[in-house]
Amino acid sequence: MMDFLQRLGATTLGVTERIGRGHLFLLYVLGGFPSLLPRFGLVIKQIYASGVLSLLIIAVSGLFVGMVLALQGYNTLVDFGATESLGVVVALSLVRELGPVMGALLFAGRAGSALTAEIGLMKATEQLSAMEMMAVNPLHRVVAPRLLGGIIAMPLLAAIFSAVGIVGGYLVAVGLLGVDEGAFWSQMQAKVDLFDDVASGVIKSVVFGFVVTWIALFEGYDAVPTSEGVSRATTRTVVHASLAVLGLNFILTALMFGDD
Amino acid sequence: MSAEPLSTEQPSVPEAWVRIRGLRYVRGEQVIFDGVDMDIPRGRLTAIMGPSGTGKTTLLRLIGGQLRADAGTVEVAGQNVASLHSKALYRLRKRMGMLFQNGALLTDLSVFDNVAFPLREHTRLPERMIRDLVLMKLHAVGLRGARELMPAQLSGGMARRVALARAIALDPEMVLFDEPFTGQDPISLGVLVTLLRSLTDALGLTSVVVSHDVQESLSIADYVYVISAGRVVEHGTPQALWQSTSPWVQQFLQGQSDGPVPFHYPASDYRADLLADGL
Amino acid sequence: MMQSRSVQIWVGLFVIAGMAALLMLSIKVSNIRAFSNEQGYELNANFENIGGLKVRSPVTMAGVVVGRVSHIGFDSEIYEAVVTLNIDPRYDNLPEDTSASIFTSGLLGEQYIGLEAGGAENYLHDGDRIQLTQSAIVLEKLIGQFLVSQADE
Ligand SMILES: Nc1ncnc2c1ncn2[C@@H]1O[C@H](COP(=O)(O)OP(=O)(O)O)[C@@H](O)[C@H]1O
Ligand SMILES: [Mg+2]
Repeated sequence: MMDFLQRLGATTLGVTERIGRGHLFLLYVLGGFPSLLPRFGLVIKQIYASGVLSLLIIAVSGLFVGMVLALQGYNTLVDFGATESLGVVVALSLVRELGPVMGALLFAGRAGSALTAEIGLMKATEQLSAMEMMAVNPLHRVVAPRLLGGIIAMPLLAAIFSAVGIVGGYLVAVGLLGVDEGAFWSQMQAKVDLFDDVASGVIKSVVFGFVVTWIALFEGYDAVPTSEGVSRATTRTVVHASLAVLGLNFILTALMFGDD
Repeated sequence: MSAEPLSTEQPSVPEAWVRIRGLRYVRGEQVIFDGVDMDIPRGRLTAIMGPSGTGKTTLLRLIGGQLRADAGTVEVAGQNVASLHSKALYRLRKRMGMLFQNGALLTDLSVFDNVAFPLREHTRLPERMIRDLVLMKLHAVGLRGARELMPAQLSGGMARRVALARAIALDPEMVLFDEPFTGQDPISLGVLVTLLRSLTDALGLTSVVVSHDVQESLSIADYVYVISAGRVVEHGTPQALWQSTSPWVQQFLQGQSDGPVPFHYPASDYRADLLADGL
Repeated sequence: MMQSRSVQIWVGLFVIAGMAALLMLSIKVSNIRAFSNEQGYELNANFENIGGLKVRSPVTMAGVVVGRVSHIGFDSEIYEAVVTLNIDPRYDNLPEDTSASIFTSGLLGEQYIGLEAGGAENYLHDGDRIQLTQSAIVLEKLIGQFLVSQADE
């Protein structure tokens, strides 16, 4: 019993300490943002690594998710004779939830794990130490551009996911299921709101991009500098970032769509 | 074992660039340094020797200000490293270079960009001048022709030489070398040994070579410290060191497997251990 | 830092694709007209009860969206809701005696304001008040009235 309590205490302490370290880390990294402006090339490189390299999986997933949404939505709506609302169902699901959330989950798996592995290996091979000894702050030079790159790339990826998904839904609904094309788009336009739906989706994806990239970078920076430590950190990134996205999504949804 | 100099007739030692007094450093339960005093003279090549795991890398990190001592002081160029705030520490670090054990080249940059890295970070020189400087440094280590290669394409010895070129890119006053000879083939080894000595002399560098390679270190060092179990066990010129009466130093220098440092990790009685298996 | 041109080109394409996706979501998928709200003119209307009407609920005329609800307030002297409508400037010829009613799309759908043109010769201008209004039909109230009338019989 004592043993159990002791371990519980130790774990709690460890978790608290990590949370503290993670926030201090973020504080230092954000301190490097001003120095990025004159050197935006560094950020562009990271938009490439996080954004362009995730583009394929995001677009393909978006297409299939949109197609499945149309199929499932049709099966439900056809009973109510409301198949012209299919466009609304597909668009709202994608723009409000699936675009930001699935986009962020895929981003965590594709770009987040790569970031953790990269930073972890840089630590294990003493590249970060070497930078410090060259009087270059790795938090500013290495981590900050990656964080900003992730924050920029994620909303673009989520928008692409939603747009491609809507096209996928359109192909299935209009091409395969024979929903009226005019009704598909006009109902969508009547019910999807630029601010309530599209803009809140974008806000969500900015938050997710920030959180996923932050977790990934911190896990890499905090990794035990061995190959085993880096591989554990990579796994942790995917698990923690995914949980954070799902949890935050609930909170953000409640905040943005809760009342009004 | 004494920490006293071996001979009273010291060579005319110039002022100390690094001055360590009463250094104590503890990692967890493990006491890595306990009361270390050292003076590293300016413009000379000082070797710090000791078996693996004695804390040689740790010592370099203490000098570079990446770690803080638990007690005692580390002074570099007259400044107490531990008391510097980060701006001043970074200013001091621009005056020193460090060669990491495995080179620690930035893997996503080419050889050229690696050497150019400190120049681009710390100067606003035009690209043409950076190019000239980088080629000069690469030429000094004999790798001007390898400028396009990526770190992954380099052999261990080449990587270390590129790292050396990078370490001297900003014309530092001091360079710290962490195990520069470990894991090198005989030819690279010869190249590195010559390079270290000639760069020290040509640039007037204060070089600190941390190593457990006895022959190479003693052949180029002006002054040697031997550390073990958290203390300096001997120091002096290489010639003086060979004459040391300390059995520990003799075992270390001659590479005997058994001696004051036992071959066996502390264990219970061998016979009893074998029988303890039970029949 | 020199970086290869292809990286820059790819990032450029990526940003363009992302922006195009956002543009599609704004124009093709949602009602971008929300943007032009700012340029419209405003009319006020008092209602006894607005039911579930919300800011940005549509304002229609003959079923066509001509504007949106831009503000909902409460007049504490006459105990009525004050609804501000933002009307698309293209529809600047609404007669003075236009009436406004709150309708529900479908039985349980969202509520919107329907305008019905009168026959007056003068038009409504920015800041004018619509005099003729018809409040929302509140389902609970209807059911209540129905039950009372049943009980009376
Ligand atoms: N990150 C670390 N965590 C825990 N112990 C470490 C770490 N780095 C080094 N040590 C311990 O500190 C001691 C000194 O290490 P180091 O300075 O690397 O020795 P050397 O360079 O002489 O081989 C070693 O005993 C090692 O076990
Ligand atoms: Mg070492």
